[in-house]
Amino acid sequence: MYEEEFGKIDEELQKLYLQTNAKVVFLVDKNGQLIASAGETHDIDTTSLASLTAGNIAATGGIARLLGEKEFTILFHEGEKDNIHISLIGQRIILVVIFDSRSSLGLVRLRVKKVSEALTKIFTDITAKSDREKSEGKIDESPFAEISDEDIDNLFR
Amino acid sequence: MSFINYSSREINCKIVYYGPGLCGKTTNLQYVYKKTNPDQKGKLISLATETERTLFFDFLPLALGDIKGFKVRFHLYTVPGQVFYAASRKLILKGVDGVVFVADSQIERMEANIESLDDLRINLAEQGYDLDKLPYTVQYNKRDLPNVAPVDNMNKLLNPRNIPFFEAVAVTGPGVFETLKNVAKQVLVELKKHY
Repeated sequence: MYEEEFGKIDEELQKLYLQTNAKVVFLVDKNGQLIASAGETHDIDTTSLASLTAGNIAATGGIARLLGEKEFTILFHEGEKDNIHISLIGQRIILVVIFDSRSSLGLVRLRVKKVSEALTKIFTDITAKSDREKSEGKIDESPFAEISDEDIDNLFR
Repeated sequence: MSFINYSSREINCKIVYYGPGLCGKTTNLQYVYKKTNPDQKGKLISLATETERTLFFDFLPLALGDIKGFKVRFHLYTVPGQVFYAASRKLILKGVDGVVFVADSQIERMEANIESLDDLRINLAEQGYDLDKLPYTVQYNKRDLPNVAPVDNMNKLLNPRNIPFFEAVAVTGPGVFETLKNVAKQVLVELKKHY
């Protein structure tokens, strides 16, 4: 993930957060890792939420394949107060919007659709950029090449 | 694949505990959870049935510390061991960085161990992974029970490549952290090769 693109992703999430009047908006990859978030995240366990969301998407994807569908791209769960709207972007990134009665499902769906296009473009750019750098043989000044056994041992003190 | 976030300077790695039903995968996670500092761990999430059998997965995020200014986080997952949860089991392996195979040392569970190991190989292959190339550790659990198979026999059956293995009693703790450390180390060494 590059700094510049991360900024753009963050911007899109902030925009979505404001436009939908949502409580929290976040982006997770299909493996359950949190990529970015916007809104009132402080009282939410985002790590757990990310992993459960990915599990949810994975299970739904499994059901889809059993039924001969490629994918179900939108999941919606309705609660007494809060609702959660989960959508799959570009088949690899999961966008989650948590909202209450200050917003509505229609508004969320509309805005999510718009921001999905922007995010898909950003992620396509990222892939293209990293492919290009790989083919040019450009090696990032990666901090990991120099990990020593000592560094690893230190983690387990 | 490990997820490296350069802007928040974090590395997230996924480790999956695999093995036959009732071999102690969840117990491993529970012990790790019990013994780590509160500031190093997140919530232990268990998606289980009323009888505490894992239904989908258990999940435990661990923050171990820093390497070269990057926060290193391990996400530990278990799979449901029971045979009929095969479809769910496959899903958990997506994006895995390291695997721990937890074997039940009781003689009567040897067949279940072998079956589960075959299942692991097949499910990994379906996701495009090769068990022989992944960071991988074997744990022989329940060594405190009276009817356990000798380690040599278990190695012959379950560990023909003779990769690192650990004897453990997950309920009380011996071997649990040794197993985790070993697989985590392999994951980081792998990371070093690829980035």
